[in-house]
Amino acid sequence: MAGAASGGSASLTPLLIAQIVLTLFVFVMLLNSAAVMVYFERKVAAVLQQRIGPYLVGPKGLLQPIADVIKLMFKEELRPRAADPLLFALAPIISATAAFAAFAVVPFGASTTFFGLLKEPLKLQVADVNVAVLVIFAIASMGVYGIVLAGWSSNSKYSLLGGLRSSAQMISYELSYGMALASVLLIGNSLSLTDLVNGQAGVWLGFIPRWFVFLQPLGFLIFMTAGIAETNRAPFDFPEAEQELVAGYHTEYSSMSFAMFFLAEYINMVTVSAVATDLYLGGWHGPWLPLSLGWIWFLIKVGAILFFYVWMRWTLPRYRYDQLMAFGWKVLLPVSVVNLLVTAAGVLYFGL
Amino acid sequence: MVTLNHYLILSAILFAIGTAGVFVRRNLITILLSIEIMLNAVNLTFVAFGRALGSADGQIIVFFVMTVAAAEAAVGLAIVISLFRHKESLNPDSFASLKW
Amino acid sequence: MFYLFAAVAIGASLLVIAQRNPIYSVLLLIGSFGALSGLYVMLDAPFVAVIQIIVYAGAIMVLFLFVVMLLNAPHEDTEYDERVHPLLRPGPMRLGALLALLLGIELLWALGRGGESGVFPGGAVTSVAVIGRSLFTDYAFPFEVTSILILVAMVGAVVLARRDTARDRRDRGGV
Repeated sequence: MAGAASGGSASLTPLLIAQIVLTLFVFVMLLNSAAVMVYFERKVAAVLQQRIGPYLVGPKGLLQPIADVIKLMFKEELRPRAADPLLFALAPIISATAAFAAFAVVPFGASTTFFGLLKEPLKLQVADVNVAVLVIFAIASMGVYGIVLAGWSSNSKYSLLGGLRSSAQMISYELSYGMALASVLLIGNSLSLTDLVNGQAGVWLGFIPRWFVFLQPLGFLIFMTAGIAETNRAPFDFPEAEQELVAGYHTEYSSMSFAMFFLAEYINMVTVSAVATDLYLGGWHGPWLPLSLGWIWFLIKVGAILFFYVWMRWTLPRYRYDQLMAFGWKVLLPVSVVNLLVTAAGVLYFGL
Repeated sequence: MVTLNHYLILSAILFAIGTAGVFVRRNLITILLSIEIMLNAVNLTFVAFGRALGSADGQIIVFFVMTVAAAEAAVGLAIVISLFRHKESLNPDSFASLKW
Repeated sequence: MFYLFAAVAIGASLLVIAQRNPIYSVLLLIGSFGALSGLYVMLDAPFVAVIQIIVYAGAIMVLFLFVVMLLNAPHEDTEYDERVHPLLRPGPMRLGALLALLLGIELLWALGRGGESGVFPGGAVTSVAVIGRSLFTDYAFPFEVTSILILVAMVGAVVLARRDTARDRRDRGGV
């Protein structure tokens, strides 16, 4: 489902070339975003804990991610003897692929001609699918397999427990995630992310932006909670709970296969933040900037949510596993169902 | 040109594969998987016919089939788990006794 | 494209029933579902295609994988030689394979007699809104019935899979 779509005719028109360049650009930027996020997370964590954080490599430690990547690449690739060789190699690839593929349908800016460079406007999005929201959901559910298979194929107790926990956790929280999404779809009256974002243009009463977060405050909270659980971040990082499971599903991994899981985790965070921005925070709409520069607003909003992610991780202690399940099924799911019902009633009777 | 018949033939082949799985294999989980193959073959037929008739009914039936498949998988796997607890085996032949 | 997806679907399904290890079977089945989902897209049913991935590959198959991992019993215990491939075992297995083959041939024969096959007409129902409207009006009753079915299945699964704690305690000698 990924890949460049809507390129027009088969010949190499400027639009098609621009589309291909855009796809590569998104790919590279996602790789970069993971590196930047690692640095950002360590710095923010350091500030929160009154430390300095990385400072030796480059000015202010800015080259730390590059050093990390080089270190990871030169490590030895280990495989336990009892591991299932095929699945052990396949699992990180599934994880990373799913993470990249999910971003393909996320729009991150209004259509632009790049200051008149192109004849027709180009959508700032790798693939415009009219069921984009569902596609993201589907690819996210594929990401579970990477983790589960990693856990099983390593043939280690810690890994297996991590894999089982993650599959149970992701299935449980996917429901609330879907319910929160459904309420937004009801208000936005579309399944296409571009349409949903465009539905949030303009302001109420002259100063409140028409973002869905003001119509769906509860939905936004549910979405973020479920999103954190889906990406296995603290305080829901059970699949890799260090104190309980060594490193969970990637205990037995080393070198680049470990790096792939790491990459997948950070890219998933970026994707969830980008989707949350598109769905609730008005995407690229914001004051002062023209629509063609809307991607700046988009980046600012995504950055804010990512900061929130890191903040959560270093502030909240981890839940207990049974508490997580009880919270997901007995609190989050009922609340999201009620939220959906109220939203549906509101749309039906008041035409929100 | 791919026509309706292509889809129907594909569906027939998939259905036969699923049937073979149910008949031949002696592992409860593989048998359940084979049933899923058969259900999917039928789904494909529904969608293809719906497309040929230009109506949404085919796609709607698929939702019902999926719902039933989900229910079947949940109950089936629960039964498999409780059977496995009793006999430590997944072979359906080992559950032939009427009483234990 | 059709032939590619069809080949993947058939190949993966064949391998599903030819694997000894159920984990591989589950994974191959996911591959087969992916190919079917591609076919749904070609049939102008993108919604069904996505639902196929979400529900089948994303939920039902995770459940299967979960159970396979939980039981951790990769070996098929039969009265036959463990080393013989599951599809090549003697006796009633052969008969079963023959019956399945017969069914396949019969279906193909019946389809072959169908005569002229329609090329797909132009207008296709792809809109999610149309499907939803139809689902909640014409099919409202079946919809409600399936929701009750799901509820019953959920309760049933919980009851079946729950450990009978009282009896377990007695089995262990009244601990």
